[in-house]
Amino acid sequence: MSFRSTCLAAAAVLALMCGAAQAQTLRYANQGELKSLDPYTVNETTTNAHLGHPYEGLTARGKDLKIEPALAEKWEISPDGLKWRLYLRKGVKFQGGEDFTADDVIFSSERVRAPGSNFTTRVPTDSKFVKVDDYTVDVILTSPNPILNAQWDTWYIMSKKWAEANNAVAPTPAAATTPSFASLNANGTGPFKIESHQPGVKTVFKRNENYWKPIESNLKEIIFTPISSDATRVAALLSGEVDVIEPVPVQDIQRVNASGNAQVLTGPELRTIYLGMDQIRDELLESNVKGKNPFKDIRVRQAFYQAIDIETIKSRVMRGLSTPSALMIAPELFSHAGFTRPKFDVEASKKLLAEAGYPSGFEVGMDCPNDRYVNDGQICQAIVGMLARVGVKINLNAQPKGQYFAKVLKSGGYKTSFFLLGWTPGTFDSHNVLNDIIGCRDNPNSSRGETNLGGYCSKAVDALTDKILVESDTAKRNEMIKEAYKISTDEIGYIPLHQQALAWGVSKKVKLAQRADNSVLFYYATKE
Amino acid sequence: MLAFILRRLFQSLLVMLAVALIAFTMFRFVGDPVNQLVSLDTPAAQVAEIRRSLGLDDPVVVQFLRYIYNAARLEFGVSYQFRLPVISLLGERAPATLELAFMSALFSLAVGIPMGVYTALRRDSWLAKIFQAVSLVGISLPTFLIGILLIYLFSVTLGWLPSFGRGDVVKIGSWWTTGLLTGSGWKALILPSITLGLFQMTLIMRLVRAEMLEVLRTDYIKFARARGLKTRAVHFGHALKNTLVPVITIAGLQLGSIIAFAIITETVFQWPGMGLLFLKAVQQIDIPIMAAYLMLISFLFVSINLIVDLLYAAVDPRLRATIGAH
Repeated sequence: MSFRSTCLAAAAVLALMCGAAQAQTLRYANQGELKSLDPYTVNETTTNAHLGHPYEGLTARGKDLKIEPALAEKWEISPDGLKWRLYLRKGVKFQGGEDFTADDVIFSSERVRAPGSNFTTRVPTDSKFVKVDDYTVDVILTSPNPILNAQWDTWYIMSKKWAEANNAVAPTPAAATTPSFASLNANGTGPFKIESHQPGVKTVFKRNENYWKPIESNLKEIIFTPISSDATRVAALLSGEVDVIEPVPVQDIQRVNASGNAQVLTGPELRTIYLGMDQIRDELLESNVKGKNPFKDIRVRQAFYQAIDIETIKSRVMRGLSTPSALMIAPELFSHAGFTRPKFDVEASKKLLAEAGYPSGFEVGMDCPNDRYVNDGQICQAIVGMLARVGVKINLNAQPKGQYFAKVLKSGGYKTSFFLLGWTPGTFDSHNVLNDIIGCRDNPNSSRGETNLGGYCSKAVDALTDKILVESDTAKRNEMIKEAYKISTDEIGYIPLHQQALAWGVSKKVKLAQRADNSVLFYYATKE
Repeated sequence: MLAFILRRLFQSLLVMLAVALIAFTMFRFVGDPVNQLVSLDTPAAQVAEIRRSLGLDDPVVVQFLRYIYNAARLEFGVSYQFRLPVISLLGERAPATLELAFMSALFSLAVGIPMGVYTALRRDSWLAKIFQAVSLVGISLPTFLIGILLIYLFSVTLGWLPSFGRGDVVKIGSWWTTGLLTGSGWKALILPSITLGLFQMTLIMRLVRAEMLEVLRTDYIKFARARGLKTRAVHFGHALKNTLVPVITIAGLQLGSIIAFAIITETVFQWPGMGLLFLKAVQQIDIPIMAAYLMLISFLFVSINLIVDLLYAAVDPRLRATIGAH
């Protein structure tokens, strides 16, 4: 209302200026659907980005992914690192009219850890949230945690009053028997509110005129529709029916750029695509080598590494849209200085295989998803060809992600000998990589290494990882992270391939900042 | 007659049970639904808890019996992905699918019958030859390709029609939505209806042509001509009327297929119907939606067949006699 009257007043004086700031509707199509509006139900980038419009966290991440204050104005950490004091922003209102206070933070901290939440890792289970006054909250930890707030930008704060009034105190679990109010309605403090939501069909966002700070975007309304078919999504962009699409298939990028009314924003993504090898079983599940596991021999792992021509994968399969990587983390998140990939060398690879006792190679099965990452199936096919040149025969099993994950993950018993996977650390921090995919999985009572499908294990890395978790001195911490990467890279625990690229199709009328975590956020967008 | 109906009803029930059983056996091979529900870095203990709470740890037989028990009370469970009752999701999507199916059936009849008549009457004209060629294309090209070609021609190049969605819809009553009352709704219906109806249209055209040629050779047509009736009256009054009986039978039976096979068309045009919901459910391994959709489609086919059987019995006295003799 106030915006409109300001605009009208301005129109009387400066008609041109008002024209420039004219409110706009933006149409957006994504491959995936927006399923539940409950912000603790599905932890997935696209959903989190959608819900980042109506909701907000205590912190936010800027266009460069740096942590910024949001609902918490500032925070202080006690010298022993066991107490975080959060100072909350005053005068913020939820879209439903409720005041934002410490009670909402404490309520959200309980709800996010309740059964049925998929975001339990956002807040340590044994931490306590204590209300000091209406706008101050203390977080009491049992061990220091320098990256406590690393994922708080997607831990969205909900209103206690609203949740209690609408019987939505518990998160909507997967096995819900009654539909939850929170999965169909949203009430946050964010810059846009949800006007209507038809699950899987259409969601309309309206500008929140009472937002606590000026909104960079000039949009009045965002209409989101999922379009799952690649060809249709591109056609809708080219015909001008939608303004932004995500993703653009790599083979269509040139066509979109040549069209004149739209262009493709590309940039490096944070996800690292890599190959893993079963190094834990005494005999591989799918191989003609019996009685021993060739991947336990570092020479075999190196031979595989050197047989892969990553530049060809980049130019042929990825059409130039990938960044070959020597580390299991993207360079935006940890510096790659001092790390290089071993040289692509077919002769050296053959020699290593011969030294390891496989002069004529061997046969092994490979698992690969074909609908999860950019051109994942084709990458695997290229690798099959490259390994054939050094005598290794790969029996490729490329399947949809549903079957793939059921086979290779812990729940399926890690039934794989050789696989391709992608990983983005949720915390944007190396500890997550070192703990979840590089850490040993030998202790059944620990969650360490649960996604370490190949079972690579180094006790030295684990010891460093434990220290990294509690080290508050950034320089020292980075030194330890580097050392841990050095050990695991020297031992070739994995074969990193590349970081894939983002590809957003954007109409020429729209200006949009591209964030490397693939979050499409329209509070950064302006439309002519 | 009553015994016949009861027997057919019992057989129909068996067919539906068989469909449910086959579907449940297949679900074991589509993958693990829990991995689609949670992110990759979810602790394994939590994943196991979700699997247990969904009852996925139980033997297939137990899951199957539980499903049948619930389905008998019209409870089809809650969708894994949307966390909403499957019944309400299917209900919300049904109007879109039914409207599309109805429009494409209408299109196939309204275009197919005149084309069939024309090709039968003017067999050697060049237009008839073009129709024949078009019908060959319609029968041999896959649906998704036709859809994409139409989108590129009419949406991207010419910019006349929308490439996706239903346009603006109007709510009628508590759950029905229609696109037939808005301009954008009509525009949005054109391309998907043609895509979905093209195969049926060519089928009807060929059927009408063959039947018409057959009828035109019969004695009563010769007699009608000999009586000096106008050609027009002979063609449309006598020949076409007698041609339409098998056409109506086929068109009725095909309506079931149109609804069931709308999956591809709905995906290409992002048509928010039940087929799209089902396809996404397969990708996301949303077992409650898959199971309910398969049951619904089998119910549709079983009831259409039942009605057709009963109609035959009503129409054909010979059949009635055999039924009575049983």
